[in-house]
Amino acid sequence: MTLLPRPVNIVLGWTTLVALGALVVFGLWVAPPDAVQSDAQRLMYLHVPAAWLAYLAFFVTALTSALYLWRRTRATVWDHVAGASAELGVIFTGLTLVLGSLWGRPIWGVWWAWDARLVTTAVLFFLYLGYLALRRIPGDADARAKRSAIAALIAFVDVPIVHFSVSWWRTLHQEGTVFNSELSPEIGGTMAFTLWLGVLAFTLLYVYLLSKRYELSVLQEELEAVELEVAIAERIGEPAPRIDAAAGAVRDTR
Amino acid sequence: MTLVREALLVSGKDLRIERRAKVTLSQVVPFAAIVLLLFAFALDPDRGVLTRAAPGLFWIAVLLASLLAVSRSFAVEAENGARDALRLSGLDPMAIFLGKSLAVLAQLLVLEVVLTIGVVVLYDLSLRSLVPLALASVAATIGVVATGIVYGVLTAGLRLRETLVPLLVLPVVTPALLGATRAWEASVDGVPGEAWPWVAVLGAFALIAGTVGLLAFGPLLEES
Repeated sequence: MTLLPRPVNIVLGWTTLVALGALVVFGLWVAPPDAVQSDAQRLMYLHVPAAWLAYLAFFVTALTSALYLWRRTRATVWDHVAGASAELGVIFTGLTLVLGSLWGRPIWGVWWAWDARLVTTAVLFFLYLGYLALRRIPGDADARAKRSAIAALIAFVDVPIVHFSVSWWRTLHQEGTVFNSELSPEIGGTMAFTLWLGVLAFTLLYVYLLSKRYELSVLQEELEAVELEVAIAERIGEPAPRIDAAAGAVRDTR
Repeated sequence: MTLVREALLVSGKDLRIERRAKVTLSQVVPFAAIVLLLFAFALDPDRGVLTRAAPGLFWIAVLLASLLAVSRSFAVEAENGARDALRLSGLDPMAIFLGKSLAVLAQLLVLEVVLTIGVVVLYDLSLRSLVPLALASVAATIGVVATGIVYGVLTAGLRLRETLVPLLVLPVVTPALLGATRAWEASVDGVPGEAWPWVAVLGAFALIAGTVGLLAFGPLLEES
């Protein structure tokens, strides 16, 4: 029960590692320090890919949720992928916020600014944190999958509304926020390459983690089923199916 | 037409329960009122901060109260297998959604009138342009209620629902809080021209939340 064939997964894992290693080398040493922001700008090589990944992850969650809700494509695989992807999305959204904050302190002089994009990202973080909390509630697998899928789609529909209202609010209040053209100079050469390398490395990392998290999610579900069987057998006083046999069954499905 | 009739039937039932039990009136409204008092403790009433922040504080109080109202709306269905009865009643799920929303909406609008008097008296707020203010309030409340009812049925019968609903609802309704606060500020400042765009945003939010609710309520009620 893997998302990707096993050899693909192994190759992907190593490629991700190499890409991340290359990103470290390029980001820290090869790319020149920024003319205005000097070394703090190097955080962008992580911040921008993390933000991209967060959006990608939430898009995948919405897509797979829709696939689950649509009867013709309904399959448990979509539910597992939706949950795994949302988890990664929340982690990377958190990372985006923390990295942005670390960068903001030396460059803007503040940890946080009430910029539209920042506020939207923060709301996004809480939206999907709620979704994950909803997923954690035990119960019938199909019912849980359905309500999670609907919650994911509501969150997805809400994001543009939040973004629109927040950006409108900020632009009505103050002209030219911190994200004006002067602070985002054109980038080129090694810096642009490093940024793209970051995006590539993080995307690979996302696919790899998604596939791993999916496997784990399936195994968790199977383990719960096995534990339930054992508990029922104990309850009715029958000799319990042996745990190691059950664990073997879980192993076989991998 | 049957949709409207059935919706009124459901909202009539919920409001009748409220008339007899008086939970919103005797618990939720006083709760919102004490929140207004607490804000005065947090922000010095003598420095004019309260008056300036009044629109936002008002809406935060409304949002907190709306969580309780939604929770109450599903608590009445939790006992005596009422939710199963509702499912088996043959009523259109869309009508049930509309009916439950209408009942909560009516209660929250009453609560908002009481709280408005509260902020006018306690925070020394003068309201100028009443029309955009009222329209913004109604639109924002529709959006909040529709969202709340969807999450209410989504979590109906689940363990941990009391703590889960606020986490789910509050991030989704941030546009309503934002828009309603701005519209109120514009009305308080006496510049209705600045309120109207926000009324439009709130109307759009209410429309989207209502549509999502109509579509999602049926499948969710079946699963709950």
